[in-house]
Amino acid sequence: MKNCLARMLLIGALSVPAISSAEVVVYSARNEQLIKPLFDAYTQETGVAVKFVTDKEGPLMARLKAEGKNTRADLFMTVDAGNLWQAANEGLLQPVSSKTLQANIPGHLHDPDNEWFGLSVRARTLVYNKNMVKPGELSTYEDLASTKWKNRLCLRTSKKVYNQSLVAMMIWEHGEGKTEDIVKGWVGNLATAPFPDDTKAMEAVAAGQCDVTVVNTYYYGRLMEKKPTLPLALFWPNQGLKNKAAGVHVNVSGAGVTKHAKNPQGAIKLLEWLASAKAQNLYADVNLEYPVNPQVQPDKTVTAWGGFKHNLINVAEAGKLQAKATMLMDRVGYK
Amino acid sequence: MRLTPWLIVLPIALVTLIPVAVVVSSLADPDQSIWHHLWQFVLPELLVNTLWLVLGVGLGVTLLGVSLAWLTAACDFPGRRFFSWALLLPLALPAYVTAFVWLGLFDFTGALPTWLRETWNFTAIPEVRSRGGVILVMSLALYPYVFLTARAAFQGQGRRLLEASQALGLTRAQAFWRVALPMARPGIAAGLLLAIMETLADFGTVSVFNYNTFTTAIYKAWFSLFSLPAAAQLASILIFFVFVLALLEYQLRANRSYAASTRAATAPTRIVLDGWRGWLAAGWSLKVFVLAFILPMTQIALWSGDVFAADFDARYWEFAWHSLLLSGLGALLVGVLALALGYAQRLPPGGGLRFSALHFTTRLATLGYAVPGAVLAVGIFIPIAWLDNLFIDHFGAASQILGGTLAVMLLAYAARFLAVSYGPVDSGLARISRGVDEAAQSLGVVGTQRLWRVHLPMLRVSLLTAAALTFVDIMKELPITLMTRPFGWDTLAVRVFEMTSEGEWERAALPALAIVVVGLLPVWLLTKGQDHAIAC
Repeated sequence: MKNCLARMLLIGALSVPAISSAEVVVYSARNEQLIKPLFDAYTQETGVAVKFVTDKEGPLMARLKAEGKNTRADLFMTVDAGNLWQAANEGLLQPVSSKTLQANIPGHLHDPDNEWFGLSVRARTLVYNKNMVKPGELSTYEDLASTKWKNRLCLRTSKKVYNQSLVAMMIWEHGEGKTEDIVKGWVGNLATAPFPDDTKAMEAVAAGQCDVTVVNTYYYGRLMEKKPTLPLALFWPNQGLKNKAAGVHVNVSGAGVTKHAKNPQGAIKLLEWLASAKAQNLYADVNLEYPVNPQVQPDKTVTAWGGFKHNLINVAEAGKLQAKATMLMDRVGYK
Repeated sequence: MRLTPWLIVLPIALVTLIPVAVVVSSLADPDQSIWHHLWQFVLPELLVNTLWLVLGVGLGVTLLGVSLAWLTAACDFPGRRFFSWALLLPLALPAYVTAFVWLGLFDFTGALPTWLRETWNFTAIPEVRSRGGVILVMSLALYPYVFLTARAAFQGQGRRLLEASQALGLTRAQAFWRVALPMARPGIAAGLLLAIMETLADFGTVSVFNYNTFTTAIYKAWFSLFSLPAAAQLASILIFFVFVLALLEYQLRANRSYAASTRAATAPTRIVLDGWRGWLAAGWSLKVFVLAFILPMTQIALWSGDVFAADFDARYWEFAWHSLLLSGLGALLVGVLALALGYAQRLPPGGGLRFSALHFTTRLATLGYAVPGAVLAVGIFIPIAWLDNLFIDHFGAASQILGGTLAVMLLAYAARFLAVSYGPVDSGLARISRGVDEAAQSLGVVGTQRLWRVHLPMLRVSLLTAAALTFVDIMKELPITLMTRPFGWDTLAVRVFEMTSEGEWERAALPALAIVVVGLLPVWLLTKGQDHAIAC
């Protein structure tokens, strides 16, 4: 009995030697249900085991920092370029030179210094109520600040990193002053207080509380799968523009090899596999996201939404300007 | 060696004090630009919001908790036996899940307003995403803390107290207001303090309502402005505020005695509420039970039914076992530590309810509960990682010895939840008079003997309360579990996290339901224990 208790108290310690050099250890802020099927497939194909632990990105970064050079993590995986940029900024990642990764991942979707790589693309676009809005009325993110949308706009909270990244990219395109005017315009047009998530915002649009909102497409896909009769439709904004603001704002989920990885080669191999044609569908489709690899077609639900022009700013800019964007939103009272 | 109070208090206090010190040490290096921004644009609104929330929830949980505790502990009405345990059940539900369900039912797009709008063209529905809405939902989620501790206090008073006050000419109502209620104050205050600490540290529930509180600023500084130091500085202010609150609570009762002179063993003669009075009491209890538990549970059960076939697999048994193991061992450890802390206060020379360095340190030891979970988790993790690195770099350890072990997880829970166990134990001890100690001493029963043979039997209900509260709190705990768990070692709460963090609330319902089912265990044990205490 005593023995049994002592063993239980030390389960973790006993499991330590089980991590052999061939294994890859991942710290992930991308959820278990989205990554486990991939890692299982990788293990089946290569025989290399993948160990992972999930948490929020902030605590994971604090953890990597505290563990320093003795960390067991080889790969840090998270959502949003802002978080990836921050990990690189804190010196938690190392540059990787890999021809495969360069070939499979478009330039604006990985770190210019190659410390992290996007693995799936998430488009933040407009969703409107088909009964209330003609698609011709919609044009750009910026236009949502015009008075014709007074009391017709719903938004998710500014506390979500997706909105911080969107505003950060706008600062890069328009400068801080003009962006502040735009976001102030959005806040003035709100029909109701910001929502805790994208789905709630879309439900409000569907119920007629407001007419248009800004969401990541996979939330739209998920909601429509559950309630196909909702009067909602996607709109790709900023398509006709020729300037820096042209194209739909995209962000990534991605990963980088940790600075003190014990198995950096294994981590790079896993990264390359994740960006490869055969894994990309598995990676993106499970959450109705877009593959980062341009040779790979998205899931057919996603393809049915039609093609669109990406905004081609490097997503790293979102990270660089995230703090500025957050402060800007605080100043104009976007809650 | 003689057992002095410091020898007990200091090592226990260190478990909390080290992580709290890590958090507070951030104050040495303030980030000017972030502070300037927060002070100008963020904090004024948040301080007002937080103040209202604390006042509102404080009032709400007191009103619900005390009234229900009195009714079920001292009165008799239809359904009393059922309500005396059923009213604890909301405790097993993570508050943010309850909040999300409420939003889904009562927001503009929710089931009820939609139905009213479409069927009756009725639109004058109060906005649930409002200050009042948050206060209501949090009060419904947190009242069980006060209910439990106040109930233990009322039960410990003994019937003779009321009989005596009635014999002295007080009416029943006067006896409640002027004797029973003031005498129960340590218990009520203990539960209230827990509810307020949880309110102040909460992030999940207020996020669902997008109601910005002080915690919002903490996470904003960390996740959005990328400054963990600024977040820790803000958390330090919160810690300081709660510390002052805890000392105040202590001072309030420092110079009085709350010990009942008679034991609870006198046969209970309940105040029988007959006729409409009884039904009023039953109706009130039922209303709270439905709003706080049946309503969210129904939704959770429906959602679970939808996803059960797709999501339920054999791993759930493992998750449940891990949750049970952590909560069981955690409740045991934290309960023992809390008892030791409380007992140390009665050892000479710390005896008496005088304010002293010992009490001060004891209060410090319970501050972990007031720190937002993720911030405390970092405060815990940093010293653990430091020790691990020391072992690896200088003592030849192959890899981490401490990180990812159950022992460290349990100590981390102790740092967070000591307050949850200490509150009930401390207020229970306050009800045992010095006369009892002296009588024991005159019979030659001293030291640990006295603890085992005299205090423990009298503390039964308080200890069970402490253990049950800690058990369900650990079941629901997230940030510390996430950060300190071994690889691939998930719990039910971790499942809830995986689903909710990508907005898949329906799928989160299944593990949430499992938490409630497993959480029934301590509630059942507690109820049995309480019944026993009344029966004997």
